[in-house]
Amino acid sequence: MNESQPPQEHEMVAEALRRGPGASASAAGALGGDAQADVERAAAGAARRLADRAASEGLADVSYAPVDSPFGPLLAATTERGLVRLAFPEESIDTVLERLARHLSPRIVESSAPLDPLRRELEDYFHGTRRTFEVALDWSLIGPFGRRVLRVTSDIPYGGVLSYGEVAAEAGSPRGSRAAGNALGSNPIPIVIPCHRVLRTGGALGGYGGGLDRKRYLLELEGAIE
Amino acid sequence: MSEPLPPFQRFLDAHREIVWRFLRASVGPVEAEDCFQDTFVAALRAYPRLRAGSNLRSWVLTIAHNKALDSHRARARGAIPVAEPAAVDRRTEPSPGARDEILWEAVEELPDRQRSAVMLRYVADLPHRDIAAAIGCSEEAARRSLHEGLTKLRKAVPA
Repeated sequence: MNESQPPQEHEMVAEALRRGPGASASAAGALGGDAQADVERAAAGAARRLADRAASEGLADVSYAPVDSPFGPLLAATTERGLVRLAFPEESIDTVLERLARHLSPRIVESSAPLDPLRRELEDYFHGTRRTFEVALDWSLIGPFGRRVLRVTSDIPYGGVLSYGEVAAEAGSPRGSRAAGNALGSNPIPIVIPCHRVLRTGGALGGYGGGLDRKRYLLELEGAIE
Repeated sequence: MSEPLPPFQRFLDAHREIVWRFLRASVGPVEAEDCFQDTFVAALRAYPRLRAGSNLRSWVLTIAHNKALDSHRARARGAIPVAEPAAVDRRTEPSPGARDEILWEAVEELPDRQRSAVMLRYVADLPHRDIAAAIGCSEEAARRSLHEGLTKLRKAVPA
């Protein structure tokens, strides 16, 4: 401490500096608002403009945003190449984002506009007026074996189904239907890559990363099951 | 093994307010928006090269400090009009609002290093070591700049 300075005066200046410009008690009162809340709002607005700009100008490598679905808000993430991740509501956003940061790039921002095409397609799909998705996909989170399995899966038409064994055979899997099931279970882009169209031989639902109720819902929507 | 870098959005969310406060105080509310954008665009470009475990707050405030200096220099060159100077009569007892005006005018007039030291200490709440790193000087020099800047502000503001 500096003993030559009257501490009270020193404190007054320090306090005013901490409050920031235009935030004296009378000014805040005149504006009729809470200065702290104003600062938070201004900072949040500036951050949102930054994130949108980073997404639209390609400064960010990954953009994410919530998209509506009958299951609740899905977390969708896209790169310059296309949709890379679609997560069900119960998945932790932080965990999803941390994995994207680790496996793709930490340059991740939240921005809604890049997900608009997906948003429209999903809305039509859930209304039953769309049978195929046209948004581009980014396969980079999927390993070589998973790609073979999920490409076969992508080719199953709306309303159709295949068995795990059939998918494994078409993917040229030497490891059979169990390995194919694992690859389907780790599908990073469910619904759009329709892993719900793969059932057990005989028609039992088998498994689904998003839960069997959702698998049934999607298959009923598509008219694949009653 | 150190923590991996958080997703950029989380970094932005965690530091947007302190950076906004710092810039608003350093360059004023009008210039703060552009400086904020420039700061985080620069941070985004450099982000993947950052070492995990870095002090992210101190890092982004260092960038903000440099953008604030750029803004001050541009203003000095181009004489961009600042906010309306308030009509303050210094002979009479000033109101809290007028006292605030005088303080922030005095902040504006501080030499760059002193202004940065004062802002980083009292607005951004950085420790002396990080202030020194941001300004690019020794910790001792940062303490001195801080003290000199504060002394000038104290003299400028009527009690």
